[in-house]
Amino acid sequence: MATVAGTMAAPTAEGVVWSWLTTVDHKRIGVLYGVSAFIFFLIGGVEALLIRAQLAVPNGGVIDPELYNQLFTMHALTMIFLAVMPLGAAFFNFMIPLMIGARDVAFPRLNALSYWIFLAGGLVLTSSFFLGGAPDTGWFAYAPISGGTYSGSGMDYYVIGLLILGLSSLAAALNFAVTIINMRAPGLTMMRMPIFVWMTLIVAFLLILALPVLTVALVQLLFDRQFTTSFFLPSGGGDPILWQHLFWIFGHPEVYILILPAMGIVSEVLPTFSRKPLFGYAAMVFAGVAIGFLGWAVWSHHMFTTGLGAVPRVVFATSTMIIGVPTGIKIFNWLSTMWGGSIRFTTAMYFSVSFIALFTIGGISGVMHASPPVDQQQQDTYFIVAHLHYVLVGGAIVGIFSGLYYWWPKMTGRFLSETLGKWNFWLMFIGLNMTFFPMHFLGVAGMPRRIYTYDEGLGWEFWNMFASVGALILAVGVLVFVINVARTMRQPKTAGDNPWDGSTLEWATSSPPPEHDFDAIPEVRARDPLWYDRDHGLSQPEGDPDEHIHMPPPSYYPLILALGVLMLGVGPLSHLAVTALGVPVIIYAIWGWVLEPTE
Amino acid sequence: MRSSRSLRRLAPIALLAIALALAACSDPQTTVDPKSDFADDIQFVYLLTFWLGMAVFIGILALTIGLAFWYRERPGRVAKQIHGNTRLEIVWTLIPVVLVVVMAVPTWQVIADSSKPAPDDALRVNAIGRQWWFEFQYDLDNDGEYDDLITANELHIPAGRPVTFSLLADDVIHSFWVPQLAGKVDMVPGHVNDLWFTPHEDAARAEAYLGQCAEFCGTAHANMRFRVFVDTPEGFDAWVANEQADGAEPADELAQLGQELFLTPVWTLPGGGGGILGCTGCHTVAGAPGAVGKIGPNLTHVGSRSTIAAGILDTNFENLVAWISNPDREKPGADYNDDTARFMPAFETVLTREQIEAIAVYLLGLQ
Repeated sequence: MATVAGTMAAPTAEGVVWSWLTTVDHKRIGVLYGVSAFIFFLIGGVEALLIRAQLAVPNGGVIDPELYNQLFTMHALTMIFLAVMPLGAAFFNFMIPLMIGARDVAFPRLNALSYWIFLAGGLVLTSSFFLGGAPDTGWFAYAPISGGTYSGSGMDYYVIGLLILGLSSLAAALNFAVTIINMRAPGLTMMRMPIFVWMTLIVAFLLILALPVLTVALVQLLFDRQFTTSFFLPSGGGDPILWQHLFWIFGHPEVYILILPAMGIVSEVLPTFSRKPLFGYAAMVFAGVAIGFLGWAVWSHHMFTTGLGAVPRVVFATSTMIIGVPTGIKIFNWLSTMWGGSIRFTTAMYFSVSFIALFTIGGISGVMHASPPVDQQQQDTYFIVAHLHYVLVGGAIVGIFSGLYYWWPKMTGRFLSETLGKWNFWLMFIGLNMTFFPMHFLGVAGMPRRIYTYDEGLGWEFWNMFASVGALILAVGVLVFVINVARTMRQPKTAGDNPWDGSTLEWATSSPPPEHDFDAIPEVRARDPLWYDRDHGLSQPEGDPDEHIHMPPPSYYPLILALGVLMLGVGPLSHLAVTALGVPVIIYAIWGWVLEPTE
Repeated sequence: MRSSRSLRRLAPIALLAIALALAACSDPQTTVDPKSDFADDIQFVYLLTFWLGMAVFIGILALTIGLAFWYRERPGRVAKQIHGNTRLEIVWTLIPVVLVVVMAVPTWQVIADSSKPAPDDALRVNAIGRQWWFEFQYDLDNDGEYDDLITANELHIPAGRPVTFSLLADDVIHSFWVPQLAGKVDMVPGHVNDLWFTPHEDAARAEAYLGQCAEFCGTAHANMRFRVFVDTPEGFDAWVANEQADGAEPADELAQLGQELFLTPVWTLPGGGGGILGCTGCHTVAGAPGAVGKIGPNLTHVGSRSTIAAGILDTNFENLVAWISNPDREKPGADYNDDTARFMPAFETVLTREQIEAIAVYLLGLQ
């Protein structure tokens, strides 16, 4: 077929490397997200281990304070933006079209663009370690310490890196919102959608609304640093508290962006292995939506110690406590899903059941510091470190591991070893509790966060050493997972279409699914469609071998456009000429993108 | 009954954990051993939320383990195909609502109480956070001027009398936190935050209450500590009288030499490559001619303070010598940048060991 002037013909899927670089297949993009994010997860883990090595004993001498400050900042940024969010995105990419009975996402090339921009942002952020020092003011980058006077070039990498990553998440969020709303299989009404799809939809809307706030704040910070605009600098008439409001209006919904996908995964795993439908489906949906809404009304609970007036403290304390209600509903519904079941304890189920207890610990400590007076004793201590890690490790990461074990056979056609899986689970479970539970005690004993050293005699020695040992055990648990993955890739593809007797549409196609996902678009007659079919002697439609299935061809342009965006970002960090060169790259990529033939 | 046996084995571990957690009450920077009215109020809500949380947690943990155990796959068991139960769901929506009300009402009460203005007879103190130390300025005569007594890193307050702090910062955000006396309040540049409390009548003791900066503020954040001494009213008056006196005159020849060195305005770098300000460029010693610097801690009675370098080194000869020689070695970041004179230079570049020792002797004499 002819190509329009100045555009390239669609790549032919010959070389392996090019086929991955130009893919627009949601499953391959999901794999790219998953592999990249897991590598970043390991990097973030190494950062955490260095932190625990330094804190294992009082007056530790493993790393100096400058590096320590970079490490705790980068640990948070890496885990939040480069590991947990994209691991969620990996599941969205791979599973959502399969779960709604579609053949791809609404905008396949935009999907590829999201991934390549994510990778660009991740590389910008991580490269700062080798290019003059990483960001070192905490992931929250409070003004004025994040301004030009008090921090180095690492903060520019922070601003540029997060701006690029925000673009990626925004594109992905729009893509998934449109996909879920428009591309569901016949019969899959909103109130028949799997809970994971619902949680993805809520996350997409949270991202669409939260990221612009962060983007505005980051641009202001960039201008403060580069041009002394003083949005946040009191010396120029600005206000550092303004940054805190903007950051946390993004930052608190971000917490739900991190945890809702895990809640969605758990809501799929528990019914499958309890062999009964999710208890209180409608309540689960509305609780998720309520959390999404209330997540916008609680940001100032991060700021109870900043001198907020009595009225905002009362309002934000109350709204924060109220979030406990929909969260409680979810916990009770998960428990009731097990009630009356016949529970098969696979590794995925181990992770999901432990999620309930671990997330509850994080939820309860969260309600404690929802009370501003209590928060005045817990804010910025290890009690908060314990709380957030129970939510993000005990919650998000444990949920993600549950999803990995659950959907691995679907993604690869191969089973992960259950024996290694149980080792994986118990080592991680013991390790994370040993690491994070004692941090409650350290917080109660008055140990502040973000300190690279502490004196002996404060009663902090024992639990710090204990936590550091726990971190090693946790790391071994993750290593067992890596071994399990390496091992499974040599196993035969024995999974079959529906190895767990799951009820949702992804189990109606082969494992791994064909490029076009479904030979015939599935039909949904009820919630839990495959169980309905099974119990009513129905079957899904067979594909017509003669049907021509139109799939979007691979494309170079997402990669080229992402390269242009990367050049725009690298400019302010190196020489503005790079930015200037990036503009024609972007224009060319958009030109080619628009005029690229779709056959 | 495998599970109950393993539970019994776990019980001593759980008890040990709780015992060790309670031992935290004897930790010097503990958050759960209140010694003021405000800290008492916090403690009340803290314990309320803690016990409610424990009850909920134990309930959910028991349900999780119990349901997982009871409904595990067994031959002949068929899962009941239930979709929900409206009555149950209403009940467990209402339970958290009730718990929220029980926690919210006392929370509102404590917020309202702690937001009232301080009583008129309160002792008034400005506390200023700086990278990386605290300055305390007292307004003892209630004239609105915080110029009656200026000290650094060690506060003295009388037991039983309200004390109200205006919390300030002039570089980055810091946070003022003495866990046993009050919950933390941030020190934000461009803002004035208030905090007041009344130490218990029986809170007076020789040992200090430990405080620490609780908002990340840069390289030496971990080493930005301070101490609060709660004195008897008489002890406090005696401390004030001593602090308001001029700095002590040197007691011997070595101290005399130290004072001369201390008062030298500028030191020339070896090789003639410019110079650095002497001690008085940044520090005040009341009564010593020319020692009126305002950038660093006021040293008029530095020898009477229990620590130097913002609570990280005991005040003694060796530590003073080490600190003056090279502050950055003792507290990384103390001279982290060269764009301002705000940070303390390493005087070993311009002074001999003997000269530094003489200055240390002089400073120790500033009781």
